Amino acid sequence: MSDDQLQSRLGALIYDAAPESTASVQLRSHYGLYVDGVFRDGAENQHFVTINPATEETLASVTQASAHDVDLAVRAARRAYDDVWSTMPGAERAKYLFRVARLIQERARELAVVETLDNGKPIRESRDVDIPLAAAHFFYYAGWADKLDFAGFGPAPKPLGVAGQIIPWNFPLMMAAWKLAPALAAGNTCVLKPAETTPLTALLLAEIFEQAELPAGVVNILTGDGSVGAAIVDHPGIDKIAFTGSTEVGRQIQRHVAGSSKHLTLELGGKGANIVFDDAPLDEVVEGIIDGIFFNQGHVCCAGSRLLVQETIEDELLRRLTRRVEQLRVGDPLDKNTDVGAINSAAQLARVEEITASGELEGATRFSSSCPLPEKGFWFAPTIFSNVSQSQRVAREEIFGPVLSVLNFRTPDEAVAKANNTTYGLACGVWSEKGSRTMWVAERLRAGVVWANTYNRFDPASPFGGVRQSGFGREGGRQGLEAYLDV
Amino acid sequence: MNGAFVRSESGRSYEIVDASGTFVANVARASRKDVRDAVVAARAAQAKWWAATAYNRGQVLYRLAEMAESRRDELRDHVALAEASEAVAAVARAIDRVVWYAGWTDKIAQVYGSTNPVAGPFFNFSHPTPSGVVAVLAHPTSFEGLIDQVMAPLAAGNTVVVVASERHPTPAVLLGELSVTADFPPGVLNVLTGSLDELAPVVCAHEDVDGVDLSGVDDALLGELRSLSAESIKRVVRAGFASDADSLRRLRTFIETTTVWHTVGQ
Repeated sequence: MSDDQLQSRLGALIYDAAPESTASVQLRSHYGLYVDGVFRDGAENQHFVTINPATEETLASVTQASAHDVDLAVRAARRAYDDVWSTMPGAERAKYLFRVARLIQERARELAVVETLDNGKPIRESRDVDIPLAAAHFFYYAGWADKLDFAGFGPAPKPLGVAGQIIPWNFPLMMAAWKLAPALAAGNTCVLKPAETTPLTALLLAEIFEQAELPAGVVNILTGDGSVGAAIVDHPGIDKIAFTGSTEVGRQIQRHVAGSSKHLTLELGGKGANIVFDDAPLDEVVEGIIDGIFFNQGHVCCAGSRLLVQETIEDELLRRLTRRVEQLRVGDPLDKNTDVGAINSAAQLARVEEITASGELEGATRFSSSCPLPEKGFWFAPTIFSNVSQSQRVAREEIFGPVLSVLNFRTPDEAVAKANNTTYGLACGVWSEKGSRTMWVAERLRAGVVWANTYNRFDPASPFGGVRQSGFGREGGRQGLEAYLDV
Repeated sequence: MNGAFVRSESGRSYEIVDASGTFVANVARASRKDVRDAVVAARAAQAKWWAATAYNRGQVLYRLAEMAESRRDELRDHVALAEASEAVAAVARAIDRVVWYAGWTDKIAQVYGSTNPVAGPFFNFSHPTPSGVVAVLAHPTSFEGLIDQVMAPLAAGNTVVVVASERHPTPAVLLGELSVTADFPPGVLNVLTGSLDELAPVVCAHEDVDGVDLSGVDDALLGELRSLSAESIKRVVRAGFASDADSLRRLRTFIETTTVWHTVGQ
């Protein structure tokens, strides 16, 4: 059978819809702010709605926090820090965090469904990646809470105080866990601001903190737009800012805290290079490239958005890649068969559309999947640009969507030079059967994470974070504690 | 033994009594053959226990703590036979210790492993691996001590054969029961009851036991057991029970360092 015949047969396979049940989910119609251990209305009584990006239906009304609410939350966090959390033995802090981890596991199905509803990501990903990793982070850092002496920062390292934590919409609960778990393990208290478009799982996490009887004020959760983040960054009662988001906002935050004694860690954008040598096994490479760029609709700061392929195999790899992309199932995020879900917001969709239009204008060759897209909601067909040159916007700027740019190289030196030809430095992939060459390349890549013959792997034990304008500080691993210790 | 509750192959048992001399229970009196069977089970389970992720081992140990918590009263009654006035606190401390070790499983490599900047084009790293099968001669009276002796090798990826306290074996037996409900793979933890004088030399002389924790035995027995252990170059620890440092000495005794040299070049 020829490849084309095979493709037409595979393409004809019809999948019955297999939607995940939403029966486990009972959202409240309105959520307050979680401050000092209780849900309460905002001081200015302002609300906004959070919608399902796959249907544009309203999920719940959420409170817009004000500067006054930020102040209340910081004061609550300070009291909790002084009176309870910083003086509690590490073994006792650990028990709360273990309990939180267990409760996340017990409510995993509900959390996965809510994450998919609020974010638009496929249920397969929220169920198998986001939620289990969130629980695992709490388990991992729970174990550190009473072992800080062994973490390599000297004896009895002290926490920083009150941490202000601002997280993005691409992995809402997982980002909350990445921020909160190490901060709490180290003895800090927290004011967390989830993203405007994805506040719900953070609010469910607040319910879990109540269930775990976490002392009031240890974690405070404020929902709202960017003004809340700005008020947190500027609040004089905060000792540490941890931010995950765009490089542009990260730059503003660094400027804002420049005149203060606040500690800062930033996990920012990226333009990850996925480097494929001609000896790599192509079937695995194709799956790895797909995972690298279309996982979570490409809303991944470490996405492998630049494919660097050795010239001798470029045509063959592109042929296989486009065939595979054509088979990706795009649609209802709650369907367990779905590979690519909804773009998180209208604003993000507009950004992706704008920069892909520039790719065509600048002369790159565009291929987009012919998959049907739902009429309601925010959707973008998986797209590949080939014949891309390094100066084009699609090769330089973070698109944060399901768009891959393909460039080529001849020698390992050229691969390294092109991979490093960016202002970012978050993550790269290397595909080759030659271990020594992979190591050689990895040593020369200016990136915080290098995946060899895999991509987009995350684990609480593994430090994650960027170099250059992808930010500084690490999340995960022993190194992740440093961001929350006064060392 | 191997996830099941079996009698001694010898058919022997002995009576245990409380402080007032009142009968408590009949327990199995293990034989030399039972030791051999337990080691076979532990050896068979070791590869699988180590092949599980460190995260998974931590989850299993944490589950054990949860199981122990749910049977806290029963544990207290058994521990009280040996530690009458302290039983409640002793059980609480022992459960905390299990939680402490559950948190270690995925940190051992991060604290005791390293990458090594050798002077050449090599990526060189050292990572901790388990010794293999570890025998534990249990502390004669302290439940917390028993827990420390058992959890240290388990956290590092070893499998364990325990020789329980001869006079107060029931907490160790209960630990075996708890381990089954906590989803320990069969053979990871094996508990033998019987005569220490009879079993300890057999354990220490066993060629397929890689390490032994002698913290629970009297000074009088120590010399003989150490020299029996020398025959197969066992890792031997005799540590205190007072501090984290004691526990970590126990844990480090049963990890090996494996160093990998990997070439780097175009």
